[in-house]
Amino acid sequence: MPDFRSVGVLTRILLIVNACGLLAALVRSEGMNDAAEQFARIAVTLEPALLASAAALYILSHLLSRLPYWAGLSLATAMAAAFAALTGAAAANAGLGTAATNAAWHALYAVLLSTVLAAYFDLRQRAFSPALSEARLQALQARIRPHFLFNSLNAVLMLIRRDPKRAEAALEDLAELFRNLMADNRELVTLADEIALTRQYLGLEHLRLGERLRVDWDIDPSAEQALVPPMMLQPLVENAVYHGIEPGLDPGTVSIRAVREGDRLLLELANPYHAEHQRRQGNRMALANIGERLALHFDVDAALDTAIEDERFRIRIRMPLRRSGAKKTASAR
Amino acid sequence: MIAPLRILIVDDEPPARERLRELLGDLGSELPTQVVAEAASGPQAIALLSECAPEVALVDIHMPVMNGIEFARHAQRLDHAPAVVFITAHDQYAVQAFEVNAIDYLLKPVRAARLATALRRAVSGPGPGREQLAKADPGPRSHFSIAERGRITLVPAAEVLFLKAELKYVTLRTRTRDYLIEDSLSQLEHELRDTFIRVHRNCLVARAAIRGVENLRGATGAEEGESRWGVVLDGHAEAIVVSRRQWPAVKALIKR
Repeated sequence: MPDFRSVGVLTRILLIVNACGLLAALVRSEGMNDAAEQFARIAVTLEPALLASAAALYILSHLLSRLPYWAGLSLATAMAAAFAALTGAAAANAGLGTAATNAAWHALYAVLLSTVLAAYFDLRQRAFSPALSEARLQALQARIRPHFLFNSLNAVLMLIRRDPKRAEAALEDLAELFRNLMADNRELVTLADEIALTRQYLGLEHLRLGERLRVDWDIDPSAEQALVPPMMLQPLVENAVYHGIEPGLDPGTVSIRAVREGDRLLLELANPYHAEHQRRQGNRMALANIGERLALHFDVDAALDTAIEDERFRIRIRMPLRRSGAKKTASAR
Repeated sequence: MIAPLRILIVDDEPPARERLRELLGDLGSELPTQVVAEAASGPQAIALLSECAPEVALVDIHMPVMNGIEFARHAQRLDHAPAVVFITAHDQYAVQAFEVNAIDYLLKPVRAARLATALRRAVSGPGPGREQLAKADPGPRSHFSIAERGRITLVPAAEVLFLKAELKYVTLRTRTRDYLIEDSLSQLEHELRDTFIRVHRNCLVARAAIRGVENLRGATGAEEGESRWGVVLDGHAEAIVVSRRQWPAVKALIKR
C-alpha cells in the first residue's frame, strides 16, 4: 500500500484521476469548446468524490497500511465507490438522470479508476522495488573523501610519538566513522546518533586544522529523536569543512542547527564562502548525493535548498518529522 | 663531512609539518638535513625564500589561498630557486595533472624511504620545467610575482586594476604602483577570463574595478579602431580607452 500521508502519493492520485477525467471528456467531445464543457460536467461529480476519497485515505492510512494488501485495496476501492455513488445520486437529485442507475454507473467508474491507480502504484513499487532502491541507496551512501582519510592518518601518525593516548582515541574515532560508513543500514537513524558521529568526525578534523576550525552547534532537544537517513549530517559537515574552512587562512565557523517546525524537521548548515575556491573546485557531488537519498527516503516531502548569504554558504533541509516510535521502512511505497 | 641539505617545509596543517620534521630527523644518519624554515602558506613561504635560501622545498599541494604548484611557479623566478618536492593527501585533480605532465610527487602519509629517494632525486637533477608546471596548474593564479634583486614580490590578483601590454612587457597596475611582468597578455586573458575583461588589444581590466564608462569625445588623438568610450576605474584617475571591437562586451558588462 502506498503511504497516503505522503504529498507525492496524494498528488499522483489527483493528477491521474483528473487526467482520466480529461481523457473521457475528450473522447466524448467533438471540438475544443465542447471538450471544456464535457470536462466541467464530469468534474461536477468527479471532484467531490475524488477529494472525499483522498481525505478518507489520508485519515485511514494507518489502518490501511496494517491490513493485508488485498483487504486494504478492497476497502479503499469500496470507499471510493461509495463516495462516487453518493455524488452520482446527488447529481441525479439535481435533475440529471435517475438516482439508482446514476449511482451504480458512478460506482463502476470509481472501481475502474481505483484498479488503474492500484496497478500504477504496484508498478511503481516494483520499479523502485526494495532490491533496486536499496541498491541505489547503498551506492549513494555518502563516501568519505579519501582526502580526509589520508590527512587524518597523517595527523595520527604525528600524534603517535608525542601523545600516544590521543592517537589511540583518534584511531578509535576513525574506526567508528568507517564502521558506520560501511554499515549496510538503510533504516532511518535518530538525529542524536548522527550528531554523535559528526562530533567524532569533527574531533579528527580538529587534530589537523586546530584553531582554524570552529563549530557552532544549535540543536533543539525536541529534534534529537527525529529520524533521518543514515550518514547524512557527517557528509554535509565534511563538505562545509572542505569548502568553507580548508580554503581559508583565518579561523572560520561551521554552524549546524536543527529545529522542529511543527511536524517537520529543519536542518541548517552554514560555512564561510570562498568564491575563488568554488571557481576552481565547482564540486557539488555531496549535495547531489544527499538530495537523491532524501528523495528515496521521503519522496517529495523533503526539500533541500542552498543559498549564499552574507558571504556564507547555507544549506537548508526540511523533512517530515518522524520519531523513533513510529518507524517506517525506506521502501514503504 | 657534507653540509646538511637545507629544507623548507610548506603545509597549512601543523601536524603535517611536524610529521615531515620527524621523518627528516629519522633519515638524519643516511641523509643529513636541516629544516631552515616552515611556512603555513604559499605567500609566507615565498617571503622566506631569499633569507633562508633552502635547497629543497617540501610543499603540500592543497593549501588555502595559493596552492603548492602556484608556489613552485612563483619560486622559479629566483636564480637559485629551491628544488620542489610536491606532497598530496589525495587531490584527484592534482594527481592527474602530475601524472600527465610527468611531475614527481609524494603521497601522504609519507614514508621515510620514499622521502629520501625524492630528496636525492630533487637535488641531483633538474626539476619540472616552467611549461610542465603551467600545464599542471592552469590557474587562475591567486598572485602575480615579480623578481627584483633576488627577492620575489607577490601582488594579489584581487589588487590588480589593469594589465597593459607595452612593447616587450606587460605593465601591471595596482592602486599604489605599477610593476613590469613577463607573462603574455593573451595567455593572461585566457587564464583570468572570469575576473578580467579585455577592453583593448593591449589592455585587460579587472571587472571588479570598473565603476562605469565615460564619453571621451573631444579628447584628442583618438586612434583608428578606438571607440569614443573609456572605462572609469576605482582607484585610477584616467579612463582607459575601449576599442571599437571590445565595446559591445564592455557595454554588456556595464549594463549588468
